[in-house]
Amino acid sequence: MGGGGKMGWAAIRAYTILVYLFMFLPVAVVVLLSFNQNQFGSFPMTGFSLRWFEALWNNDAVMRAFRTSLILGLLTALISTTLGVLASLALVRYAIPGKNLITTILIAPILVPEVVLAVALLLFLNWLGIGKSFALLLAGHVIFTLPFVILVVQARLVSIRRDVEEAALSLGASPIQTFFSVTLPLLMPAVAAGALFAFTISFDDITGTLFWKPGGVETVPTQIFSMLRNSISPEINALGTVMIIITVGLPLLGAAIARQISIKRGM
Amino acid sequence: MGAVTLNNIVKRFGTFTAVEQTSMQIPEGSFTTLLGPSGCGKTTTLRMIAGLLDPSEGEIIINGKRVNDVPIHKRNLGLVFQNYALFPHKTVADNVGFGLRYRNVPRADIARRVQDALELVQLPQVANRYPKALSGGQQQRIALARAIVIEPDVLLLDEPLSALDANLREDMRVELKNIQSRIGVTTVFVTHDQSEALAMSDQIVVMSDGKVEQVGAPEEVYNTPASEFVARFLGASNILGGRCLSRGPDGAVLEVPVFGKVIVPSAKAPHLAGEGAAKLVIRAEKLLLRDAPPESGAFSAPATVETVDYQGQSVRYFVRAGDTQLQAINMIDERPFAVGAQVHLTLRPQDCAALPG
Repeated sequence: MGGGGKMGWAAIRAYTILVYLFMFLPVAVVVLLSFNQNQFGSFPMTGFSLRWFEALWNNDAVMRAFRTSLILGLLTALISTTLGVLASLALVRYAIPGKNLITTILIAPILVPEVVLAVALLLFLNWLGIGKSFALLLAGHVIFTLPFVILVVQARLVSIRRDVEEAALSLGASPIQTFFSVTLPLLMPAVAAGALFAFTISFDDITGTLFWKPGGVETVPTQIFSMLRNSISPEINALGTVMIIITVGLPLLGAAIARQISIKRGM
Repeated sequence: MGAVTLNNIVKRFGTFTAVEQTSMQIPEGSFTTLLGPSGCGKTTTLRMIAGLLDPSEGEIIINGKRVNDVPIHKRNLGLVFQNYALFPHKTVADNVGFGLRYRNVPRADIARRVQDALELVQLPQVANRYPKALSGGQQQRIALARAIVIEPDVLLLDEPLSALDANLREDMRVELKNIQSRIGVTTVFVTHDQSEALAMSDQIVVMSDGKVEQVGAPEEVYNTPASEFVARFLGASNILGGRCLSRGPDGAVLEVPVFGKVIVPSAKAPHLAGEGAAKLVIRAEKLLLRDAPPESGAFSAPATVETVDYQGQSVRYFVRAGDTQLQAINMIDERPFAVGAQVHLTLRPQDCAALPG
């Protein structure tokens, strides 16, 4: 490779940086402006302030939405992870008929556009005569996050050697004891990652939520959406900042904890 | 401690039969090796004894009790795997103590027995480490400690040495055998490595294509193979096809290429019934190359050296006698024969074995 190659790489690097700037600059602006003293989001900023975060704290509608999102996200994570682990175990460890078909169906929700999935589920439940409810919203989020959990957990499960489980069995642990003392601990990084995925996806989902949520229930994204329709308040910037911290910070925190554990075990 | 008996065991996977109508006796306290090439059914047999596979037919009896319907975790067996299969998320002490936790052993006793087991495998200092911090040989010792600390009725070893490098493998071989004879546990060892089988076993079961070819003590299997497969699988052998002319109490007279008439002692022809097609088995290290024809009492034939494979204390020759190529492994003091040298093949009668053709 000569000088032309070097030039080419420099161009690719510059282009990449521009793409990232284009994608993340607006996010950075939102975070920055959430600390702005002034009512109107414009530069230069007039001073540093946490007043918009305080306003959020005192905004009942926002706090209610936040609680809803939190409960929804945690329940989604719990249910999705449990179902995902069980499904992965069945698909990886047992010879069940129609394995490929089942895998495809379970993974399908991330291949289908979210709007289509949202409408389909809604129509299906309408046809069954079941109205919108929090349970429906939760079910929708579980369906939508399950594939992520299954993909992560399956990948890990395949790498856990069967003979480790066989060793536990031979030493006198029953199959259930073997699962809890050997398989699950070894699976834990994937289980945690799957749960984090499920939580963060549920936490900032808006498309499906708009279709599925019963009247009067708002999650943080739908709350932001409805606030935007009225006015552009700096409170929205603050809310956005909180969302970013949760959806970016949680996985980072999870990864850091996982790394600490694996260092301790010398793995 | 317990003896293991297999009665007419069959294992089929779909239409494929992995183990065919196999019966064997594994005496209490013995070190029994299932030896054979990959795919011969030895590991399948071991996994059936362990309870990891259910036999399609037949009975498995451990300690006089039929265990076909006893799940693995209630069989009280020690299992050691090729890839150690230690629990990576547990310390060495927790690995070794794992089986004791499911046997209602008091906590204080667990600690003591774990320490005893670690001392038995000469690794008392690594109790608080994680398996990843240990070498392959150390991990395999820990796996052994984990399997024997529960005082199993039977110890099952599935190619436990094959993941180790050559020198370590030989050391571990000696040590494993020492530990086994010290605690006296009935042991079933699976390997494809004939030197491991010969060095360690009280009894060798040679398997091929899902069938038992021969059962016997190492020297018996080695010196008096029951089939051509066994003769070829263990060590390097020359097999000459010929005819049995007569079979009497003093031995069998065989007519074979190269040597002509050969008299094989009766003890070396136990499977040869009488006249008819027969094979002469000559171990490569029993076929000696000499400058001059031997004195009486040995069979001899002239041959030409074709290939010389010098290995220090021994040499492997390929020689040609007429149309037949033979292999000979001889110990030497000085220089080996050169390629093209005319030699006299020398064979003592007690060093041959005869098989039915």
